[in-house]
Amino acid sequence: MTRTAVKTGTPGGARRPGPGNALLGLAGLGGFLALVEALPRLGLVSPDYLPPTSTIAAALAREVSDVAFWTALGDTLTGWALGLLIATVAGIAAGVLITVVPYLREATASTVEFLRPIPSVALIPLAVLLFGTDLRSTLLLVVYAAFWQVLVQVLYGVQDLDPVAEETARSYGLGTWARIRHVLWPTALPYVMTGVRLAAAVALVLAITAELIIGTPGLGSRIAVAQTSHAVPDMYALVAVTGLIGVLINLGARAVERRSLAWHQSVRGEVTP
Amino acid sequence: MKRLTLRTAALRLLLAAGLPVLLATVWWFASAGSTDVYWPPLSTILETGREVWTAERIAADVVPSVTRLLLGYTGAAVLGVALGIVIGSFPRVRATTEPVLEFLRAVPPPVLVPVIMLFAGIGDTMKIVVIVSGCVWPVLLNTVEGVRAIDSVLSDTARSYGIEGRARLGHLVLRSASPQIFAGLRQALSIGVILMVISEMFAASNGLGFAVVQFQRSFAIPGMWSGILLLGLLGVLLALVFQTVERRALAWYHGLRRSRRAS
Repeated sequence: MTRTAVKTGTPGGARRPGPGNALLGLAGLGGFLALVEALPRLGLVSPDYLPPTSTIAAALAREVSDVAFWTALGDTLTGWALGLLIATVAGIAAGVLITVVPYLREATASTVEFLRPIPSVALIPLAVLLFGTDLRSTLLLVVYAAFWQVLVQVLYGVQDLDPVAEETARSYGLGTWARIRHVLWPTALPYVMTGVRLAAAVALVLAITAELIIGTPGLGSRIAVAQTSHAVPDMYALVAVTGLIGVLINLGARAVERRSLAWHQSVRGEVTP
Repeated sequence: MKRLTLRTAALRLLLAAGLPVLLATVWWFASAGSTDVYWPPLSTILETGREVWTAERIAADVVPSVTRLLLGYTGAAVLGVALGIVIGSFPRVRATTEPVLEFLRAVPPPVLVPVIMLFAGIGDTMKIVVIVSGCVWPVLLNTVEGVRAIDSVLSDTARSYGIEGRARLGHLVLRSASPQIFAGLRQALSIGVILMVISEMFAASNGLGFAVVQFQRSFAIPGMWSGILLLGLLGVLLALVFQTVERRALAWYHGLRRSRRAS
C-alpha cells in the first residue's frame, strides 16, 4: 500500500508515457495551437479578442527581447520562492510543534479548520494599506495561502506514524529529538513533499494575483498594464508565460519529490514495476 | 470505541473552543485602546460590521457574490465531470489532450480575468465565466485520474453481467471515481472563492470583493476589517457545507478505508 496522501487527489509520481503517447500529446498540442490560429483567421472569433497563434508568438518574441520582461519574471519568481520557503519552514515547524506537545493538536484543530478556508485574497486590502505595492504585499498573500497546505499535510503525515516504530524507539531510549529525526520525519516526509508541491502551485497563483490586483512589480502587473493599454497579443503571450512557469513548477516539484523519496515504497514501486 | 462520557465530552469541548476563545479575547483586549488607524479595536470592527452589513447591504453585495460563485462552481463541476469521464474513458483521447490540459491547468486562474473581460465585458457573465474557467481544471483532471483508476476486476465484472450505458456510468464509473472527483471539487471550491473576490475587485459595481476594496480606498478601515471577517466567515461556511456533503456522499468510502486501516 502506498502512503502518499490520498486526500490531495493529484498523483505524486509522474507516469512514464510510452513513445506513442508522447506523439499523441505532441499532436494534441499542435492541434491546440492550430485551433487558436484558425479561429480568428476564419472569422469565428474576433482577432481583437483572440489573436492567432502566430501573432501571439510574435508578441512573445518581442517580450522576451525586452529587459523589463526579465525583471518582471525575476520579481515574480522572487516573491514565489521566498513566500514558499517561509511557508514551508513555518508549516513544518508548526506541524511538528503541534504534534510533539501533548494536547496541542486537539486544542489547535478547530482554529486550524477555521483559519484555513479563509480566502487569502481577503487580505488584499490589508496588504495594500500596510505595504502598498511592496514585495511584502505579495509575501503576505503567498505565505498565508501556502502555509496551510504544508501544515495540514504535516498533520496528516504525523497521524500516519506507526505506533510500533514509535514504541520501539521509546524502548531503545531515543529522546524526543532523536524520535522526531528518525521516526517522525521519515514517516511524515512523503506528506510534507505533497504539501510543498501543492503549496508551490498555490504560491504561484497568489504571487501573480497580488501583482495583478495590487500592482506589486512582476508578470501579473505587466499583464495588467498590457490589458489597460489594449496590447491584446502581449497579454496572451504573458498569460502563456505564466502557464509555462506553472507547468515547470509542477514538473520541478514532482522531480524533487521523487528524488527526496527515492527510498520510499511509492516511488520505488514505480521505477521497477 | 470508548464511550463518550460527560467528562470527556466536556474536555473535548474545552479543547475545541479554548484556543479560538483565547485568541478572540487576546485580540479584543490587545486592540482595545488601539489608536492605530490600520488596527482598530475589535469592538469598533464588530460594531461597524453590525451597522454596515444591514439586510439591504447583504442583499445588494453578499447575495450577488454567492449566486455568481454557486452558478460558476456548479457549471464547472458539471462540465469537469462530464469532460473528465469522456477523456478518462478513452486512453488515446487522454494521451492527446493531456499536455494541453496540464498547461491550461497550470495557468494561474486570476490572469484569466483580463482575458475573459475581452469577451464578456465586465458584467455578471464575465464573473461566472471566470469562475467556471478557473474551477473546471482540478475537477476535470481529478475525474480523468479517477476514471482511469477504476478497478479492472470491477469493470470486467460489470461488463460480463451486461451492465452497460447509464447503469454502468452511475454504479461503476461515477461511484469509483467519486473520491477523486470530490478531491477535485474541494480544490475547485477554494479557487472559486478566490476568483469570486478577484473578479469583483477588478471590475464590478457590487459584490463582497468590490465592497471590501471600496472600504479600503475610502479609508473606512473598520468597515474594511468587517468585510475581511465576513469573507473569512463565508469561506469557513462554504468549507463546512462542502464537508457535510462530502461525508454524506462518500460515507461508503470512508467506511471502507477505516475498515482497511483497522485490519
